[in-house]
Amino acid sequence: MDYNFHWRPVFRKIPELLEAGLLTLEVAVISMILGITIGLGLALLRMKGPTPLRQIATTWVEIARNTPALFQLFFFGFGLGAFGLHLSPYLIVLAGLTFNNAGYLAENFRGGFLAVPDTQIRAARSLGMTAAQTYIRIIIPQVLRIVYHPMTNQMVWAVLMSSLGMLVGFRELSGETQFFASKTYRIFEYFAVTAIIYYVIVKIILLASNFAARRLFRY
Amino acid sequence: MSNSASFFTDFQATDLLFLGEAAGRTLGISLVSISIGTALGIFFGWSLQASKWFAQATIGTVLDAFRSVPLIIQLILFYNFFPIIGWKMGPFAAGAFVLSIYTAALVANVVRGGIEAVGEPMRRAARSLGMSYWQDLRYVVWPIGLRAVFPSWVGVALSVIKDSALVSVLGYMELLRASQILITRTQEPFIILACAGAFYFALSYPLSKYSQKLEESWTS
Amino acid sequence: MIEIKQLHKYFGALHVLQGIDLNVSKGEVLSIIGSSGSGKSTLLYCINGLEDIQQGEVLVDGTTVHDQKTNINKLRQKLGMVFQQWNSFPHLTALENVALAPKIVKNFSRDQAKSIAEKQLKHVGLGDKLDAYPSALSGGQQQRLAIARALAMEPEYMLFDEATSALDPELVGEVLDTMRLLADEGMTMICVTHEMGFSRDVSDRVAYFHQGVMEEVGPPEQIFSAPQSVHTQKFLANVR
Repeated sequence: MDYNFHWRPVFRKIPELLEAGLLTLEVAVISMILGITIGLGLALLRMKGPTPLRQIATTWVEIARNTPALFQLFFFGFGLGAFGLHLSPYLIVLAGLTFNNAGYLAENFRGGFLAVPDTQIRAARSLGMTAAQTYIRIIIPQVLRIVYHPMTNQMVWAVLMSSLGMLVGFRELSGETQFFASKTYRIFEYFAVTAIIYYVIVKIILLASNFAARRLFRY
Repeated sequence: MSNSASFFTDFQATDLLFLGEAAGRTLGISLVSISIGTALGIFFGWSLQASKWFAQATIGTVLDAFRSVPLIIQLILFYNFFPIIGWKMGPFAAGAFVLSIYTAALVANVVRGGIEAVGEPMRRAARSLGMSYWQDLRYVVWPIGLRAVFPSWVGVALSVIKDSALVSVLGYMELLRASQILITRTQEPFIILACAGAFYFALSYPLSKYSQKLEESWTS
Repeated sequence: MIEIKQLHKYFGALHVLQGIDLNVSKGEVLSIIGSSGSGKSTLLYCINGLEDIQQGEVLVDGTTVHDQKTNINKLRQKLGMVFQQWNSFPHLTALENVALAPKIVKNFSRDQAKSIAEKQLKHVGLGDKLDAYPSALSGGQQQRLAIARALAMEPEYMLFDEATSALDPELVGEVLDTMRLLADEGMTMICVTHEMGFSRDVSDRVAYFHQGVMEEVGPPEQIFSAPQSVHTQKFLANVR
């Protein structure tokens, strides 16, 4: 083995990498918030929406689940260019992740709604609660518990997926790493450090999620 | 657009062939990785289930790392690591290597869940009939577990086909990279992306619906 | 008073209630017996508007249940309902289960709702389980919780839909005792039940349903000792 590892220049860039890691987290979190909101809407449309809206929701979900995330990102990258729409790298990644999150979460939510028995609705309505009260106080809290774990997984997935940003010129953690690596040719060293940063980010998310779950769901 | 420059040319029939070949490469690297990864994953999953802490501390930790780092980072990392230790690996070999381990990490989880789904009481019943450990695995755990994990395994296989798109980062000419090149040349992003997307969709959608059906008919 | 007039109910082509006429007056305890699929439970759901009807009318204290103009949520506060599958809310403690509806439906303050809930839980013998989640309660306790939850709305009528059918045999007694207690306190009750002993001892009247038709109704002594209809005689011969 005649390769000499050079770690020092890489270590010196760790602050920059961590800052890029914050950008990764930011785009993942925003795409999750948007994804949860849209996903909930898609799930409700698929269950109760009028036919045309239901078909749109179904199409969204199936494309998100049955094509590569990179394809979805490319679509928001070059695909929209066909219509003269050019998004910034940040928006390409945000739109791509949101599209994907919403599609996957919609299926989780739908499963969650189906898992809460109809008899819960009857019981709540028999007490005089309105349909809205029944959803907000009785159904959604139970659905949230059912989808909590899949939602955590999707958050992890969003962090991992955001690394595709480097292929559309977005300087989140991976993009920043590639930028430094291509300047110094210390590709292995840079990506090794970045791999560890991703690992730590993922573990922190899982720990935080477990901690929150213990406080949120005591039953 | 045609009179703007000769550099850009319109989308042609030969381009479809080019995309088709690339789609074939996507399928090829996926099938290789799914096969190797499944074989490894079954072994890893069984070890994780059979041994309490040793396998968990070794195999478990490594596989967990593969699930916690973006695939694209793993690909770049290994592609640049192999020359360091003196292995000559092209994009296909390096890509298939990483995808296989990635697949194994996902399959191991599925398999462990499958063995656990068979449940202690049933295994005890099998042993009480005088079956050996291996007979129990072969005649009880395998058929029942297979049923329990098959739909999830289809899910893993489909996600590997989709994730194989990332091998493009090593320069491997699979479907999405071919699309990207064509887009640069023809400036027809929408049609080309639609073709690529349709290929993945046509592969993934029927299979995922099929496994969903199987799962529903088996659980009810 | 609950008045049911010429009530017809279909599930698709299935004619589940075929012209029911029945009045239940204040303070009365009515038991409805009959084999499964006879439409007894559906009748309860029609009374509090959880099922729509195709013909006829249901009136609660003079208000038409299935009228579009009726404020059904308001009306349901008068009608407590207890289900076969108790349906406790799994994400809430016993106290929260009972306090929720008074708080959000009747707009009581948190403290008021809480003290109502405490009172009702003690009433059904769950005073020591206020902070328990339903998953930590037995089926019988969950069913008593469901009764307390309904009582907390201070209903004028209680509808019991096979309240003991899903319980293990050894837990049936505690729920029947609670129902007896309510009857003794003068609550108006309609109980769809398979407990012949309970309907004989507690009810003022017993109605027998057979395939969507109310075959006969009368005081328990009459129904159990001298049933008029052939179907009633057969049914009672079988359950004894």
